[in-house]
Amino acid sequence: MGAEELKPSEPSANYGLPTKKLKGHKTGYMKRYWQLYVMLLLPVAYFIIFKYIPMIYVQAAWKDYKLDGTSIWKMPWTSKNGWKHFIDIFKNKQFINALKNTITLNLLDLVVGFAVPIVFALILNELRMKKFKKTVQTVAYMPHFLSWVVIYGLAVQLFATNTGVVNNALEGMGLSRIGFLDQEIPWIIMYILIGIWQSFGWNSILYLAAITSINPELYEAASVDGAGRFKKMWHITLPGIRPTIVILLIMSIGNIIGSGFDRPYALQKPLVLNVSEVLSTYIYKIGIIGSKWERGIAIGLFQSVVGVFFLLTANKLARKLGDRGIW
Amino acid sequence: MKMKENTAPEFATGDASAIKKRKSKLNRLHTSDYVFIGICVVVIIICLLPLVNLLARSLSGSNYLIRNEISLWPKGFNLDAYVGVFKESEYRWAFVWTVFLTIVGTLLSLTMTTLCAYPLIFDKLKGRGVMNIMITITMFFNAGTMPNYLLFKQLHMLDTPYVLLVPFCLSVFNMIIMRSFFYGIPDSLRESAELDGASFFQILTKIYLPLSKPVIATLALYYAVGRWNGYSDALMFAHNNKKNWPLQLYLWNMLQGQSNIDNPGEYKVGYAEQTKAAVVMFSTIPILCIYPWLQKYFIHGVTVGAVKE
Repeated sequence: MGAEELKPSEPSANYGLPTKKLKGHKTGYMKRYWQLYVMLLLPVAYFIIFKYIPMIYVQAAWKDYKLDGTSIWKMPWTSKNGWKHFIDIFKNKQFINALKNTITLNLLDLVVGFAVPIVFALILNELRMKKFKKTVQTVAYMPHFLSWVVIYGLAVQLFATNTGVVNNALEGMGLSRIGFLDQEIPWIIMYILIGIWQSFGWNSILYLAAITSINPELYEAASVDGAGRFKKMWHITLPGIRPTIVILLIMSIGNIIGSGFDRPYALQKPLVLNVSEVLSTYIYKIGIIGSKWERGIAIGLFQSVVGVFFLLTANKLARKLGDRGIW
Repeated sequence: MKMKENTAPEFATGDASAIKKRKSKLNRLHTSDYVFIGICVVVIIICLLPLVNLLARSLSGSNYLIRNEISLWPKGFNLDAYVGVFKESEYRWAFVWTVFLTIVGTLLSLTMTTLCAYPLIFDKLKGRGVMNIMITITMFFNAGTMPNYLLFKQLHMLDTPYVLLVPFCLSVFNMIIMRSFFYGIPDSLRESAELDGASFFQILTKIYLPLSKPVIATLALYYAVGRWNGYSDALMFAHNNKKNWPLQLYLWNMLQGQSNIDNPGEYKVGYAEQTKAAVVMFSTIPILCIYPWLQKYFIHGVTVGAVKE
């Protein structure tokens, strides 16, 4: 590769001139490129320290973690051939419950929420007034930039049982107050709706970008054939963004057992813990607050292994159905 | 759509009446247009209503709030809540501290992202392939919360400000966005500079960075918003030292303190509704002010990242 550096000198090499310059090329290479290596020093150190060294700690899932300074490699294996922590977590009712909640909430997110940004992108694409379209976009992206704590604050202002605006309105209409955030089923519904509210605008960006890359001639040809607006949406726009839809669908299926921390933790309240405890918040509670590190690691590992399995399966399925998948 | 073919020549000839005709044709709205516009208006209302409600509450007199009389318009208008919030030293500190964290964190992240993305655009760089593989692996395999926690513990980073700045400062996703932007800058610019004897560092500072303002703006927004809005890292890794708390964690504790009246613990109980609204409002204002101006940039960033993924 270094030889390519001095391309202008290559013809001269062809004429039988000294070829031992190669060594000189090598020092020349370092002389030219050392700055790039210096730049990479910090990022490489970052990846090793903060991304790869933590992977070493994953083995603690099979070990008895000791805090007395012994190296992780020398810590003793746990009982039951090292599988004690895994057996413990699967015997634990709280864990099973958290697992169940994670899957339920993610599935609901997928079923209820997945189509919303697609529909929204289709509608935006049909808007003809540029300025209005831009305003709608600006406003719809806004919730994505709010923190989950703030969103929780907003939700409380609106939906709190005794002081929330919506409940005040309900009472004003002679209906009874609903514990939107304090009862299990209403909480689940609110969790899903708030999630959609936060992300639909932002997620529509990808679909909008995909729509703009559809060949406009297709629409023209369809108009010539007498296709109306909705026919064009159905037969051109939707198939045109199908690859994007499939990729995002695969990714959400891969994430069916994973979940962010910020959203469930900010929204869950003690009253509804039974349905709102998910794996990420459970890991935090059992691992960091409860100091059962090995269990936290074991759950995290289980989560990523299952996640990869789902991702691969979904990808394979997509390819079987004739789509490109993510790789 | 058929008329699209005609539009170009019309504009080219500058025929005013033709343009007018085209415009009137465009402006004729069908029923379905009204339906779409209606849906979008509803969307705008749904997105903005919670914030309007919050604003109204933060500006209202507390007796109106207690009587549940506030919905979208403040009654008994006053700024007491905002003044009160700023009188509280804890909140003031959290605000200043978060501004500091956000600025330092964003600068650090941008520096690291650039240092990682720029060398990787050189095909001739030896070891580039290894580096790319090393980075891609971290996108698929993430050790998770607990291994990170144990590492930070061993590095004595827990409950220090460093844990809020360093461990998550470089996002691979953002690095890819920046790298693909760099790829879009023509090689010829770089090569001619090389011929003139510019070092790679000079090429970065004199050519690439000045040309990359849009992507830098986008990533600065992503990183800054992430740091400003983040609370989970502080909750997990820096919880024991209240001085290190970013605004969002402080806010979370405040909101939580009110809902756990039976079990107040260390939290203050009985913040006035109005104060709570004011604090929530104030915690988002910086972002709400910045982001509309950067919109044209960040949309580009999202799509580039997605294509390269």
